[in-house]
Amino acid sequence: MHKLTLAQQAKALAAKDFSSEELVSHYIKRIESHDEQLNSFITFTPERAIESAKQADARGAQGGILNGIPIALKDIFCTDGIKTTCASCMLDNFIAPYDATVVTKLNEAGAVSLGKTNMDEFAMGSSSESSYYGVVKNPWDTERVPGGSSGGSAAAVAARLVPASMGTDTGGSIRQPASLCGITGLKPTYGRVSRYGMIAYASSLDQGGPFGVSSEDCAYMLQAIAGHDARDSTSVDQAVPDYVAGLNGSVKGLRIGLPEEFFQEGLDAAIAEKIQQACDVLKSLGCEIKPISLPNAKLAIAVYYVIAPAECSSNLSRFDGVRYGYRCKNPTGLEDMYSRSRSEGLGEEVKRRIMVGAYALSAGYYDAYYLKAQKIRRLISDDYRAAFNEVDAVLSPTTPTTAFKVNEKSDDPITMYLSDIYTIGVNLAGLPGVSLPVGFQEGLPVGMQLVSNYFEEQTLLNLGHQYQQHTDHHLQMPKEFE
Amino acid sequence: MALSTKDVRDIAKLAKLQIKEDELGHYKQEISRILEFVEQMNQADVDNVEPMAHPQDMMQSLRVDEIAETNQREKFQKIAPATQDGLYLVPKVIE
Repeated sequence: MHKLTLAQQAKALAAKDFSSEELVSHYIKRIESHDEQLNSFITFTPERAIESAKQADARGAQGGILNGIPIALKDIFCTDGIKTTCASCMLDNFIAPYDATVVTKLNEAGAVSLGKTNMDEFAMGSSSESSYYGVVKNPWDTERVPGGSSGGSAAAVAARLVPASMGTDTGGSIRQPASLCGITGLKPTYGRVSRYGMIAYASSLDQGGPFGVSSEDCAYMLQAIAGHDARDSTSVDQAVPDYVAGLNGSVKGLRIGLPEEFFQEGLDAAIAEKIQQACDVLKSLGCEIKPISLPNAKLAIAVYYVIAPAECSSNLSRFDGVRYGYRCKNPTGLEDMYSRSRSEGLGEEVKRRIMVGAYALSAGYYDAYYLKAQKIRRLISDDYRAAFNEVDAVLSPTTPTTAFKVNEKSDDPITMYLSDIYTIGVNLAGLPGVSLPVGFQEGLPVGMQLVSNYFEEQTLLNLGHQYQQHTDHHLQMPKEFE
Repeated sequence: MALSTKDVRDIAKLAKLQIKEDELGHYKQEISRILEFVEQMNQADVDNVEPMAHPQDMMQSLRVDEIAETNQREKFQKIAPATQDGLYLVPKVIE
């Protein structure tokens, strides 16, 4: 059953080829026998899942678009009654008193959650090594990282421990792990999916989105989670198209731009070759490929590492040891309680980003760092706007290299930051982007990123779907997990 | 921009973090490297560029001023480190 895509499983459930209870039980067994190698789950909820599966079977044809489909949630989405840790010691004992809107919507669509997945602490990282609950491994090579920060969600789908999952993407945290794990991952337009109940890292950049085996699977997931939410004033009140029905549109005549800045130094030659082959497939489907320029893209990482820490330093001020989360032992006073609870409860990378942000926002440095970063953010965003006057999608590699080894970059934050070079600008502009598997380099997956204009997720999903109708990279499975 | 140990102490204080003396050097080095890295922003000409705070050009939406949430004090306080009589307890502030 796990060799079927989510879309195939949905059809099989509708045809009563098997029940949701059978499907969910199958995945429970897979998680029990395989997750020890990956550490992709923080909290596994098999009893609840069986209960939900029985309810889904009872609903049958009356159920929603994901009725009876097993999924997993990044442990950043609040779940009523189930621990939500954000992979931090700070929230090790936190049981949210409410569901995130994404969780409510997935429940309404009939999805069955198998649990909460591992990640970089507070979504700050590109390797899923900074979790309080230990490193996540890449199913293609367990000596390597799955990418991050949504590494658990990506590894679980790649190993077919679950057909689809939810991640969040602030600078590439869906697309980069999708690429490194050989699956499909979609970061929607900022505002397409509600952030209510999604623990905030950098609020003007964060966006939740799905991982699936295929672009079609991501369309099913997006269908369930997209839409306006009165509880998130940055979610946009715009009609949600029928993404699944829209997948059969032709891509003939679509114009695809290759940013010349993204095919220069730092890009692995073998990856460049895979991207070229993917372009050839799109060309054979009638797409027109042309060069474009994103002149300010090279500054995206620098801008991000001012804006994201600044927003994180404000957002994470809520962790004070008073209302929930970790409190230090025997505080000598209020000040000691605040600072020691935070120092003991938060990990090193999180503290580093909070301090960078506090510095960038402090009196005397605001203009040189934060204000300047916001101005360059405009330039980066304008580059994309100009590009979309000429093309329908922008194509590049998702990452400059394939999955790196555990501990290879964890001592060097800057090198780690550079692995998000192609993805970060998309968050700064607020655009949608998808990563699609385009082949393998020495046994490790290579991903291609497509970016479209605001709210044009359909273009991405359809391009992905048409590409996947003519290739089978996305259907490859790591041998050990077949 | 290279920071001094005093700078790191001051930033930690601002951020309500307690950094151990033997860790100050490490944080000083790492944060200085990040600040040096972001200095490449100086390459850009940003004269007359409007800062962009947010990806959407929209106004804050307003809603009718009606009670939308119910009081769930007990549920919320169940996850608190210390409470008494419906109040959150913190160390003594006034002697």
